[in-house]
Amino acid sequence: MAKARLSANGLACRRGDRLLFRGLSFELGEGEACHVTGANGTGKTTLIRTLAGLLTPFAGSVKSEGAMGLLDERPALDPDLPLGKALAFWEQVDQCADPSNALQVLGLQNLLDVPVRYLSTGQRKRAALASLLSRNAPIWLLDEPLSGLDRRAIEQVTMLIQKHVDDGGIALIASHQELAIEGLKPLAIEDFIP
Amino acid sequence: MIATLIKRDLAKLFPFAGGGAALPVVFFLAVAMLYPFAVGPDAPLLARTGGGVVWIAALLAAILPLDRLVAQDIELGVFDQLKLRGVTEETSMAVRLLAHWLSFGPPLIVATFPAAALLALENATLHYLLLGLLAGTPGLAAIGLMIAALTASLRAGAALSGLLLIPLALPILIFGAGALAREDGASIGFVAAISLLLVAVAPFAAGAAIRAAREG
Repeated sequence: MAKARLSANGLACRRGDRLLFRGLSFELGEGEACHVTGANGTGKTTLIRTLAGLLTPFAGSVKSEGAMGLLDERPALDPDLPLGKALAFWEQVDQCADPSNALQVLGLQNLLDVPVRYLSTGQRKRAALASLLSRNAPIWLLDEPLSGLDRRAIEQVTMLIQKHVDDGGIALIASHQELAIEGLKPLAIEDFIP
Repeated sequence: MIATLIKRDLAKLFPFAGGGAALPVVFFLAVAMLYPFAVGPDAPLLARTGGGVVWIAALLAAILPLDRLVAQDIELGVFDQLKLRGVTEETSMAVRLLAHWLSFGPPLIVATFPAAALLALENATLHYLLLGLLAGTPGLAAIGLMIAALTASLRAGAALSGLLLIPLALPILIFGAGALAREDGASIGFVAAISLLLVAVAPFAAGAAIRAAREG
């Protein structure tokens, strides 16, 4: 796994005219995971999108080293294409040599011929995870990775995150659910409400 | 990487690839077909006015693919994922512009031949019509892309994009259709210049629009 680091310094973000949080700082090194908690609308998604560089912070800065992979509620897979082809696009973009491992772990091999629009919420989430896995990015930003998953899939995903962290990756997870991951650092957004 | 992007965009946009992408060409031919019914089968009149009708049909046909051009990929988060992989919005928009033009410019130019037959156009008119469309459709594609990106996050985007495209396409229409009346190549040169400018600006304008839509 490549060198990885992710840190925020005095981060403040707003949505519309409302300041969601301010003074948020943290630092994550290799093999560290962080669980972002907060009620609906407190800015978990905004934080993740800011860390990913998709939103400009109102104040403060984000520093990162290593490629970032983002998983959110949108799987970025063409709804009209069969799952296999939709995933193949991202595999080509990421130049992933062997995606079969990710598909097997997530139990997606039997769904490759099914158009993405016919997949259930949980299946779509697992498909998005498969494209994250084949990307091989050291920093994972996961926005509600467990929502819509059944118990078996939750165990698998937790195991995948654990393995990623054990291999020296960074994971920042926003979730309402409990995560059974060792050494998880808590980060409550409520502590930074202005 | 860029080749992969172009391949995906083409598969998404190209006619006969499903999803109603052939509609602009069918629409274009339908307008050319309706016109003789509306004004009567007077061949000299059709030949004199037909070139302008083809231009208007091309302009209207350019509006049709706009609602599916950018909005769906914003919703799906495709541009977000590409950004994380180091592909800027400008690059994805430049690729999309190329794919958009390929999916509607050349098919329209080919469809001009049957349209010209329906309107009893003379060879000289057809010659300038084809040259004009070749020079003008990249500009129409560029305007369309900018509008599609700007209106992607609006609820009434599809209806608005048609309204926005028409005035912006006016210079292309004036010089493109003007070449038919005067039968000279200078107007076509103007059309090409306008197109070139629009094509150069469009990826940056559309890219900025996508970033702005993200900030919401």
